[in-house]
Amino acid sequence: MIKAVMVMNTQGKTRLAKFYEYLSVEKQQELIRGVFAVLCSRAENVSNFIDAESIFGPDSCLVYKHFATLYFVFVFDSSENELAVLDLIQVFVETLDRCFKNVCELDIVFNYSKVHTILDEMIFGGQVVETSSSEIMKAVEEISKLEAASNAITLIPKSASGWRSR
Amino acid sequence: MGSQGGFYQSKEFLDLVKSIGEARSKAEEDRIVLGEIETLKRRISDPDIPKFKMKEYIIRLVYVEMLGHDASFGYIHAVKMTHDDSLLVKRTGYLAVTLFLNEDHDLIILIVNTIQKDLKSDNYLVVCAALNAVCRLINEETIPAVLPQVVELLAHPKEAVRKKAIMALHRFYQKSPSSVSHLVSNFRKRLCDNDPGVMGATLCPLFELITIDVSSYKDLVISFVSILKQVAERRLPKAYDYHQMPAPFIQIKLLKILALLGSGDKQASENMYTVVGDIFRKCDSSSNIGNAVLYECICCVSSIYPNPKLLESAADAISRFLKSDSHNLKYMGIDALGRLIKISPEIAEQHQLAVIDCLEDPDDTLKRKTFELLYKMTKSTNVEVIVDRMIDYMISINDNHYKTEIASRCVELAEQFAPSNQWFILTMNKVFEHAGDLVNIKVAHNLMRLIAEGFGEDDDTADSQLRSSAVDSYLHILGEPKLPSVFLQVICWVLGEYGTADGKYSASLVTGKLCDVAEAYSNDETVKAYAVTALMKIYAFEIAAGRKVDMLPECQSLMEEFLASHSTDLQQRAYELQAVIGLDAHAVESIMPSDASCEDIEVDKALSFLNGYIQDSIEKGAQPYIPESERSGMLNISKFRNQDHHEASSHGLRFEAYELPKQTVQSKIPPASLASTELVPVPEPVYVRESYPTTTVSSASSDAGSTELKLRLDGVQKKWGRQTHSPATSTSSSTSQKTVNGATQVDGSNTSNSRTRETYDSRKQQVEITPEKQKLAASLFGGSSKTEKKPATGHKISKSSSHMVEKSHVPKSSMEVASEKKVPFQQPPDLLDFGEPTVQSNAPSVDPFKELEDLLEPTTQVASAENHGSTAAATKSPDIMGLYKETPAGIHNKDDSDILSGLSNPPVTNMLGGTTKTQVAQSSKGRRPNLKDSLQKDTLVRQMGVTPSSLNPILFKDLLG
Repeated sequence: MIKAVMVMNTQGKTRLAKFYEYLSVEKQQELIRGVFAVLCSRAENVSNFIDAESIFGPDSCLVYKHFATLYFVFVFDSSENELAVLDLIQVFVETLDRCFKNVCELDIVFNYSKVHTILDEMIFGGQVVETSSSEIMKAVEEISKLEAASNAITLIPKSASGWRSR
Repeated sequence: MGSQGGFYQSKEFLDLVKSIGEARSKAEEDRIVLGEIETLKRRISDPDIPKFKMKEYIIRLVYVEMLGHDASFGYIHAVKMTHDDSLLVKRTGYLAVTLFLNEDHDLIILIVNTIQKDLKSDNYLVVCAALNAVCRLINEETIPAVLPQVVELLAHPKEAVRKKAIMALHRFYQKSPSSVSHLVSNFRKRLCDNDPGVMGATLCPLFELITIDVSSYKDLVISFVSILKQVAERRLPKAYDYHQMPAPFIQIKLLKILALLGSGDKQASENMYTVVGDIFRKCDSSSNIGNAVLYECICCVSSIYPNPKLLESAADAISRFLKSDSHNLKYMGIDALGRLIKISPEIAEQHQLAVIDCLEDPDDTLKRKTFELLYKMTKSTNVEVIVDRMIDYMISINDNHYKTEIASRCVELAEQFAPSNQWFILTMNKVFEHAGDLVNIKVAHNLMRLIAEGFGEDDDTADSQLRSSAVDSYLHILGEPKLPSVFLQVICWVLGEYGTADGKYSASLVTGKLCDVAEAYSNDETVKAYAVTALMKIYAFEIAAGRKVDMLPECQSLMEEFLASHSTDLQQRAYELQAVIGLDAHAVESIMPSDASCEDIEVDKALSFLNGYIQDSIEKGAQPYIPESERSGMLNISKFRNQDHHEASSHGLRFEAYELPKQTVQSKIPPASLASTELVPVPEPVYVRESYPTTTVSSASSDAGSTELKLRLDGVQKKWGRQTHSPATSTSSSTSQKTVNGATQVDGSNTSNSRTRETYDSRKQQVEITPEKQKLAASLFGGSSKTEKKPATGHKISKSSSHMVEKSHVPKSSMEVASEKKVPFQQPPDLLDFGEPTVQSNAPSVDPFKELEDLLEPTTQVASAENHGSTAAATKSPDIMGLYKETPAGIHNKDDSDILSGLSNPPVTNMLGGTTKTQVAQSSKGRRPNLKDSLQKDTLVRQMGVTPSSLNPILFKDLLG
């Protein structure tokens, strides 16, 4: 089972945090800080796996991947395969990339709810439900379409509408 | 595509994110966020804000909480949003509540109703959003409220809904297995779902169910195997391919499940051999995901009933992992090696140098994994090297959690395999010195006992050697500053017991050291207590030996201090010491016999030696002692006698509520029956309360009943206490004996090992790898399975033999493959890619009937393969038919629908087919357009009125660039 998904930038600012078991806000922050401290101390060209038992308790592994300015971090237990989770991160980022066209950190910040939607299509209640990037895209697009249909209000200033139509 | 790719939020939100991004300190960030919270608090409580504004505020709240600030003031608004009719607002509301609330939150009660309604909605997206909330927010008590709807959704026409409904059910199972135990069969049913996504998702709950109870899912082995076969043969839609691998994530889950089902079950395992072997051959070891599947295959092979051919392939895969440059693969290789050596220990030898490389790697994760492997393969021959390495590593790290773990492992290995007492003591010293108080106190007690009992045999000289070497090393170590408390306790105890035993050190020297300890660690009461007792022992031994005792002046001042200590424990020990010193040799010898820490102390629990005294006293008119049980009985009898007195006393404070007045008829129930119902505690008090205003007799008897009840409990407790106590001691002593045996056996083989090393050294020039490493390798692996016969060139031989194995293996496997596909086994992956599509193109053209036949084929093969137990196969086959009646049809349907969708919506299928290719193309083209894109994004942000400062441009850096 996946325990948590975090996205943080290289300066330690959280960009996305989702915990699949309830934790208090303080505990979440503590864990995020702990993870970031470990990530910072990692050299380049080392493995993408970290022994996370000291942070998350027994039976927990952490896999991270560094993309440009962001760290993508998945925490999970022994029922998942480390290498596969590494590819799951890849699927996630590829999906983001297809969704936002050359995704960058800012896209994730401003489309917070959309990123959550994508993640929810992939991981549901801590279990990986979908691993096909195209299937996820299909679902997310359908959601966007129906949402737009049910909501004809313009939520953004006109100047930015060009962006929307891309 | 990407129509929603723009920024949804207003300029305010942009500004917020920007200013947080540019905050120079945590304090500055906090200030900004607190300001934002104030704004939100003000605006959110405004009754007529438009919906879309509200939606943005809620998202901002989520953002604020993600940054670690309290947003609870807005929770209720998020809950309100879930009631909204607009899909967008509703979904945002659900997103917010799943992030904000937990299942026990007070507001949940307001959501359950909405969830119930939404689960019945016609719009499947509403249903999905509700299911998401169900997973997160429904607890044991609220499960029944939504369970019927969720079960209904398992048959929903949309696969996305079915998938999520299964997960919700799985979540219920995790939270309260009993509430959904009757629905578990649904998971089996969904395994045959037409949609591969639903089938794949079903594997998650099944994996968990099988982990808990393997035996009731054995019947599914054949289904799992045939699903895996279909997946591996690319029968699933193209959309599930990932980096040219057919549905790798599903393969991994299936392999995990098979590993569980085949563990220790020969018959089940035999069904899996073919398909696992196929996957071994087909896996593309150049991609990450291919290696993930390979690794899972190794895990599966090492868990199921062993098959030599598969073990060979697994060993090959491991050696490829270990030889790889990627740290990730090395890590997986080490992990896989740890699994495989349990079955075939000899494969470790082939990889000794690779393992040592990993041990010296700068990557901490890899290092730890390697230590785990070494821990698993420790034997009496290599324990010294491994434990030394572990201790070195332990000293070098700061992570307390891991330090504790590795320290306990060192102790465990040392106790199990110690080659000599000397080494054992020295190792323990190092562990205590460096891991200090992280070591469990039990380890210290164990060590003391071990030193006291010796190694169990009747060899007294060895025991006294052990003790004097311990004393030697401790006196030496005491010179070092700042020792951990636990270690000092051990030192004090040992010095007290054995400090002067062999006559090497004088009492004044040892006592001087002990006084130094007590002074240096003056704020550690436990250590001081240990030191005082040790001093007492030494003086006692001196007196008993007839020598004159003169207390050192510093010792005297110490005692004076302790006699006035705030700690009563220390005070008592100091007084005892004073008393002992005043006694004569004979008395001292009987209270403090030397070297008697292991002698049993006989306790006369009946205190029979007092009988005479008691007799005297009774004769003089003293009251005899009445045990507590009888005493309470007496009390009741006395109550019986003087009712008035009892009534007075029972009218004190009552803590039970007064009963409503009832007819007094009930009170006439005879007391005897009351006593008999005492085991049912609930009705009893009722009787008591009712009856005793009228008849005290019954209340008294019921009182007796209750005391009896209490008494029984006492008895039970005592029984428990004694029982747990005695087995604990007996087991611990037996384990220590075991270690003793292990250690003495070790000695012989250890000498042989050192001999191997010598001969090894004499020929080391011939090999080009650094001699140090080889030495290490030899001491770790050499002589592990075979002994002196293959000394110096031990690893060379094993290496060449491993090559032989590889060589002999390659042609065999390639022949096999050639018959099927003409793709040799160990060829570059490009060729493999060429090979696969031909198979691919064939698959869709096969007509559905043939496909059906194909599906049944494996099962018949299996049946024929089973020479014995053909009846079992016969009884099984109809079962399989039943299970798979649906599946071929489903796959057939799917192909059709794929074609249909392809016709109706060409761009989509194009995208599906070419996903990975376009990805690859993009990355290989050196992302020219990205620059333009990011510039565009930049200008848009500027248009919106936000000027990115110097820090911002990195935010536009492409993640995949």
